[in-house]
Amino acid sequence: MIIELGHYALILALVFALAQTVIPFMGARTGDARSIAMAPNLAFAVFASIALSFTVLTWGYVVSDFSILNVFENSHSQKPLLFKITGVWGNHEGSMLLWILILSLFGALVGAFGGNLPPSLRATVISVQGTISVAFIGFILLTSNPFERLSPAPFEGQDLNPILQDVGLAIHPPLLYLGYVGFSVCFSFAIAALIEGRIDAAWARWVRPWTLAAWVFLTAGIAMGSYWAYYELGWGGWWFWDPVENASFMPWLAGTALLHSALVMEKREALKIWTILLAILTFSLSLLGTFLVRSGVLTSVHAFASDPTRGVVILGILVFFIGGALFLFALRSSTLSNGGMFHPISREGALVLNNLLLTTATATVFVGTLYPLAVEAVTGEKISVGAPYFNATFVPLMIPLILAIPFGPVLAWKRGDLAAAGQRLFVFAGAGLLAGLAVLYFASGAPVFAAIGIMIGFWLVFGAFADVWQKSGLPKAGVKTASARLRGLPRSVWGTAFAHAGVGVMTLGVVSVTAFEQEQVLRMSPGDVTDLSGYSVRFDGLTGQRGPNYVDDVATFSVTRDGAPVATIEPAKRIYTARQQPTTEAGIHTRLFSQIYIALGDRTEGTDEIVVRLWWKPMVTLIWFGAVIMILAGAFSLSDRRLRVGAPVPSRKRPKRAAAPVPAE
Amino acid sequence: MTRKQKRFTVIFGALALLGVAVALVLTALSEQVTFFRTPSELLASPEENAGRLRLGGLVETGSVTQGEDSQVEFAVEDTNERIVVRYAGILPDLFREGQGVVAEGRLQPDGTFLADTVLAKHDETYMPKEVADSLKEQGFWQGEEGTATQ
Repeated sequence: MIIELGHYALILALVFALAQTVIPFMGARTGDARSIAMAPNLAFAVFASIALSFTVLTWGYVVSDFSILNVFENSHSQKPLLFKITGVWGNHEGSMLLWILILSLFGALVGAFGGNLPPSLRATVISVQGTISVAFIGFILLTSNPFERLSPAPFEGQDLNPILQDVGLAIHPPLLYLGYVGFSVCFSFAIAALIEGRIDAAWARWVRPWTLAAWVFLTAGIAMGSYWAYYELGWGGWWFWDPVENASFMPWLAGTALLHSALVMEKREALKIWTILLAILTFSLSLLGTFLVRSGVLTSVHAFASDPTRGVVILGILVFFIGGALFLFALRSSTLSNGGMFHPISREGALVLNNLLLTTATATVFVGTLYPLAVEAVTGEKISVGAPYFNATFVPLMIPLILAIPFGPVLAWKRGDLAAAGQRLFVFAGAGLLAGLAVLYFASGAPVFAAIGIMIGFWLVFGAFADVWQKSGLPKAGVKTASARLRGLPRSVWGTAFAHAGVGVMTLGVVSVTAFEQEQVLRMSPGDVTDLSGYSVRFDGLTGQRGPNYVDDVATFSVTRDGAPVATIEPAKRIYTARQQPTTEAGIHTRLFSQIYIALGDRTEGTDEIVVRLWWKPMVTLIWFGAVIMILAGAFSLSDRRLRVGAPVPSRKRPKRAAAPVPAE
Repeated sequence: MTRKQKRFTVIFGALALLGVAVALVLTALSEQVTFFRTPSELLASPEENAGRLRLGGLVETGSVTQGEDSQVEFAVEDTNERIVVRYAGILPDLFREGQGVVAEGRLQPDGTFLADTVLAKHDETYMPKEVADSLKEQGFWQGEEGTATQ
């Protein structure tokens, strides 16, 4: 009975979502204040209904109600409670429910925090958000009902795929969805702006916090997913250019571009058309990602089991939203005048370069991800595009971007002076060069690309603070004046500096692990010792252990350096009893930023001899540490007063009756 | 700079960058794409398939042999033909005899296939899509779909 309540709540959500789409929209068009005022409440109602529905499904998982098909297929009574709960989104139906829960959450947030928006714009934004909800709630009800019943109810469930039984699943999908569903708000703002004809600096100011919030979550989701794949799969890789990884990476790249172009629009009223287009494209790429993951058109480690109907329906939704948005864009964009002009060498110019490089990079990832599909559709030939393609296209585009980042913040708006900027950055370039040379000296025989990579990494880490340094007035100003100035800096300036430095830190990690990683694969018996980058690793033996729903073969390795004990590492081969499925549990020991990573292979039958794969991964954690810096910097920037407080709309521009459409300038 | 010149600079820069990107993409696609082949296709025209390939099929039952250190050999079959694959490394968790597999590497002059990557199906109900498709084409589908629950 409770389960049916969940299903009912979902249907109710659809009804509310329809109302959320229609009523505020009509209200905004006719200027009916009551309909406009209903918008936030309808958004809250949709969110509440979906939350109820989600809670019911979660309850079904917690009590292991196997009369629900979805629970039967993805859960097991012996599973730890945490994994029972996370199992809710470890499958297609449940994760779709989480998807719309987050979608409706953002609609409700616009309702709750959109108080500073003109009421008619807010109503239109909520209405557009409503259409997306209608489409996806409908999709779930028609093709992927998570509340489908089984009769008679089976005694035991089929268990969740063991690879998903990890804390990673608790965090990765929710963060990822908060990110790429979060961009739906930017999309709704863009569509609402086109409908209302109001596209100006104030619009950019309203959109920027939403973009930044979504960007922070998406960065966290991708980084988390990367670390999860790194330790869980036992392959030792942190990014595979897997189609589904790319599906989340494309909105990230486009979203990063959007974050920067909205800045130009806010400060200088330039790049208006471009920013609107980017907002549409970013969410379109999120939708494309959803389609790629769920239609089963791609071979991927992430792919949910495929069902052609679902693919077709999502494709329909995709075409409707992207096509509709671009059509509206084409109709309206000609009415927009271009904003302020700027010299190519200026802050705006640097941000345009950022946008060009990021969108071009997005395009190369897009081509690499979809090319196999296109080739198969046209010629029937099956091909795959792997890491070498992306290294040959994406990386060359990122190098100029990293080189250019420190220039951006030190260039003046409107008209900058490259020579003066160069002068200011001179010290930082020198520091980068020195650091690179130092690495070359210590790591004799380092490949040229590594030396260059390390240099540009340090260049960015130091150069990111050039703007802050300059603003402090050091070294001319005294320490006291300088620290007072630094304290007075807006949070977003610090956010920018740290986020850019985070990219540099990540670059250092990537270059270092690519260039200096050491790997060994060998067969070891208890007592065998092997050398790994100055450490000696001894295989002590194998022991059997039992977990709640699995059995483990745990290998013990003692790591020593010059005879002194360093660590004990215990990788395992695990078999989940319900599915009889083996997994590899890597053993990892972190030394400052570097890691020793051990994965087990097959055991020679009847003996304790086992294939062992060992890696020395120098500075590998810098990759995720860099991401964490970016996330914290973004969050800090988000807490800037200037973003929280509503945009001060110039009173002379503001019409008396807010509902009246403001003509585009 | 006049307004026109400024605009020209930006547009010219954008086009130049786009040109570079297109060149990069085209070169990479012509060199870095990996074709998928079944053992029959590969043996039918070995000369055409000298480059890097993905070889897909079923792991022949009883063909897996462990060599020195982490060397391992197994045969990939598709009912008509079989090819011996040599691989140094750890086989994926889900690698099993009689099940679908994809090996990435090159065909050697001696007729064996030297793989540097081996992928097995992802979970109980999933088989590499290429393998499933090519088995279906050859009328050699094991009917796993019937038992698949998702």
